Amino acid sequence: MTKSELIQKLSSNHPDLRADDLEKLVNTIFEEITTTLAEGGRVELRGFGAFSVRERAARKGRNPRTGVAVSVPAKRVPFFKTGKELRTRINK
Amino acid sequence: MSSKTVTRMDLAEAVYHEVGLTRKAAQDLVDQVIEELCKVLEKGETLKISTFGNFSVRSKRQRVGRNPKTGVEVPIAPRKVLSFRASHILKDRMNGSKK
Repeated sequence: MTKSELIQKLSSNHPDLRADDLEKLVNTIFEEITTTLAEGGRVELRGFGAFSVRERAARKGRNPRTGVAVSVPAKRVPFFKTGKELRTRINK
Repeated sequence: MSSKTVTRMDLAEAVYHEVGLTRKAAQDLVDQVIEELCKVLEKGETLKISTFGNFSVRSKRQRVGRNPKTGVEVPIAPRKVLSFRASHILKDRMNGSKK
């Protein structure tokens, strides 16, 4: 399922609501998660999972094609941990 | 850098400010969106959220594990796990890009 299919699904469940409001709703949810992670925060959605930030130290990498050593700077990466409830549901 | 934890309630609050809905409706809809995501993944379907990332369900084969405390070997049953792959846009935004 893609984001637009998700919006369509919500729209068919809610004929009373405007499709562009539902689009705004879905975008706001993911934008809020993105902003929080960009600020180094954590997002915890009970029943679904939690998003957090992990730090990756700088390291020496190598271009696999040319073999030239390059330094890879430290960076932050998003991490998602599946919630207990969803993990169980996936394995049902 | 903040270390706050954002919850469903905060998402509902953001929605309330962005979309012309009541607080109650915003809360219900946030819950419904999350439940819809769960339903899709429960079916084993991949979820693609452009600019954010993809969620996919992967099957793991049975393997032998070991209780780290006792050293006793135990079989780990085949199972499904959910993996999240962040989009480049999300990764870039976490590393200082304003885009």
